[in-house]
Amino acid sequence: MLDTVLFYSFATLVLGGGIFTITRRSPVHSAIALIVALLGVAGLYLLQQAEFLFAVQIVLYVGGIMLLFLFVIMLVNLDDAEHVREFNRQWAVALAAVAAVGAAGFYIFHGGAAVHHVVYRLEAVPAAAVGNTEALADSLFSEYLLPFELVSVLLLVAVVGSVVMAKKRI
Amino acid sequence: MLPVTTIHYVALSAALLLIGTIGVLTRRNIVIILMSIELILNAVNINLIAFSHAWHNVNGQVFAIFVITDAVAEAAVGLGILIALFRNKETVQADEIDLLKW
Repeated sequence: MLDTVLFYSFATLVLGGGIFTITRRSPVHSAIALIVALLGVAGLYLLQQAEFLFAVQIVLYVGGIMLLFLFVIMLVNLDDAEHVREFNRQWAVALAAVAAVGAAGFYIFHGGAAVHHVVYRLEAVPAAAVGNTEALADSLFSEYLLPFELVSVLLLVAVVGSVVMAKKRI
Repeated sequence: MLPVTTIHYVALSAALLLIGTIGVLTRRNIVIILMSIELILNAVNINLIAFSHAWHNVNGQVFAIFVITDAVAEAAVGLGILIALFRNKETVQADEIDLLKW
């Protein structure tokens, strides 16, 4: 019961924040709405016993990425944003995307037995005995060690790339 | 009230993905396009965590960590490109950057 109430509250935060993000005129308002949506997503992680990802979501997204966004919004002068056209003319493509996702949802809800099995018959699997962070670390540092190391290379590339991009004279 | 099942999370994730896609396709401001990409990546993460919880399998959460790392790298490089672009073209509207357009 409490789970249901919390799920719908967090879902409202996520969807409302998302809709405000893409409809506000001022980029600062969009950033604030995006923070609300990301906090809602963090709450959904907590509802599903992903405690480590809950902390990562708040520290990294809300603390890191959104700070970066707000910093860039302040840096890039957007004073003339009040009187420019806000949307471009691609509503046809956007409607096609909506139709595609609608078709996929229809297939899932009224689909074949395979989809039904994957989505609904999930309660029979037994729960793990160890805590969330410990299980995550076990998997990350043994089974996924190579992707983990590759991600460090990716982050190095991103650091060098963003410095090169933002520097005035190299 | 109905209990919350995996299908609820899948539907929420699809809706958030849709909002992000509409934002990418229809907004002109590059900053908001980047924010919409963050929404899309979060929709993917909700899906991964939902199935990870349903199967009691931690691999989905590991994948979500990789997705978050990619989002960080993408935001850093994208905003760096945006600063370089603003320095050269004095605009942040995506459809005014049409140097290579035929």
